[in-house]
Amino acid sequence: MFIIKDEDVELLINDLLEIHGYDFTNYSKASLKRRISNLFITDRFPSFAEFRYKVRTDNDYLLRFVEQVTVNVTEMFRDPLFYKTLREEVIPNLAARPIIRIWHAGCSTGEEVYSMAILLKEANLLHKSLLYATDINPSVLEKMRKGIFPLSQMKQYSENYHTSGGTSSLSDYYTAQYEWAIFNKSLGEKIVISTHNLVSDSSFNEFQLIVCRNVLIYFDKDLQNKVFRLFDQSLETLGYLALGSKETIKFSSITAHYRQLGNKEKIWRKV
Amino acid sequence: MEKSVVPFADELLIIGGSAGSLDVLLQVLPELRVPVSKAIIIVVHRKNINDLILTELLSAKTTVPVKEAEEKDPIQQNIIYIVPPDYHLLIENDKTFSLDVSEKVNYSRPSIDVTFSSAAEVFGNKLTCILLSGANADGVEGLKAAKRNGGTIIVQHPDSAEIPYMPLQAIKAIEADYVLNDEELKDYFARLNV
Ligand SMILES: C[S@@+](CC[C@H](N)C(=O)[O-])C[C@H]1O[C@@H](n2cnc3c(N)ncnc32)[C@H](O)[C@@H]1O
Repeated sequence: MFIIKDEDVELLINDLLEIHGYDFTNYSKASLKRRISNLFITDRFPSFAEFRYKVRTDNDYLLRFVEQVTVNVTEMFRDPLFYKTLREEVIPNLAARPIIRIWHAGCSTGEEVYSMAILLKEANLLHKSLLYATDINPSVLEKMRKGIFPLSQMKQYSENYHTSGGTSSLSDYYTAQYEWAIFNKSLGEKIVISTHNLVSDSSFNEFQLIVCRNVLIYFDKDLQNKVFRLFDQSLETLGYLALGSKETIKFSSITAHYRQLGNKEKIWRKV
Repeated sequence: MEKSVVPFADELLIIGGSAGSLDVLLQVLPELRVPVSKAIIIVVHRKNINDLILTELLSAKTTVPVKEAEEKDPIQQNIIYIVPPDYHLLIENDKTFSLDVSEKVNYSRPSIDVTFSSAAEVFGNKLTCILLSGANADGVEGLKAAKRNGGTIIVQHPDSAEIPYMPLQAIKAIEADYVLNDEELKDYFARLNV
């Protein structure tokens, strides 16, 4: 049930920008409104005014607000055929590099980054790779730092892993303890974790592969374009840009010098 | 000369269904007469039918163009949009689509509740929601939202539904404007333009 009105969303967006420096102006309003309404109900605020006051003044609550309002749902080997393409067509082309730099932008709790680490390990390339894992939310990054994921998910992830072309057993990469899967330390060693806001922060390195999945669906076209330019600046020539299964660079300003691999997966090569 | 553009839809019909709803869709879609002045969105739960197959199956039954709803697409009349698997579909105030990978709702993504509710806010009394056969309670909260915003509610008659649970939940929770059996549903689709 939506209790929060469009005007309320606008007020909160203004507060976040003016007081806290978080810019949600160009985010999907429908999603923001739904998430804000759900949070308002879950946290049982008696009125919008009190809710707003809390967001304006309480920095701990602000972190919760930003985390809840952005969507952090993720999976290991989500869309297994995407990972199969990485495995078969992208990673082999990076093998000759002395160092392989990969940027996971908006990586949430890191399931995607650990999946990539497994692909690299299986290609015998992890030792010379660096995986930069960034997100707007410090709290999701804290979870990734531990490399511990819910054991209940492993059955699904293991199926995904095999569909992606994995020939070992996913359980080789973690130890089960109570309801947790604790991933091997060696997978996490090459992961560099940092907060980075795609809206306001700039390019910080040059990469051979940038992975940004299911983040841009929450941005309007202008913001998508801005982020594509940021990626373009951060990507080497012949590097790869990999997006979520419903995202595309087709209508963006950078599309002219990118070529899509095959035609099914959302992976482009900079030419 | 300007190419003719498909006009924006100011009326929207959303069909939600779960187990047992595909057969109903295959029966009613052939009744549609082009051009349909509304936009139509289909939100169905499905385990093993992939999106291309569903789109093909439905396209074969109607001359109205069937396509998967894509992010930022403007909602146009005389198009049937299928919600892609594993995403929720939301509707923006400017009548474009947004996709969302947030948590499942009623164990479902796409969730019927999510699309009904979001559309209710934007389309108000220009929205019609149809809830078909199914084994879970998804859709009921969305119908409430549609009702609150002045939308029209149609529920498949539980006696004609392969799995009556979903329609029954809806009828218990809200006063539907119409409760239609299969023949009546076909008739509704045949007369959608008049
Ligand atoms: C749905 S998750 C996607 C996770 C993962 N990439 C996947 O596809 O499974 C979206 C992530 O984008 C992050 N995000 C949202 N806005 C962002 C921004 N402005 N800068 C960086 N990350 C952002 C969210 O915090 C969230 O973790």
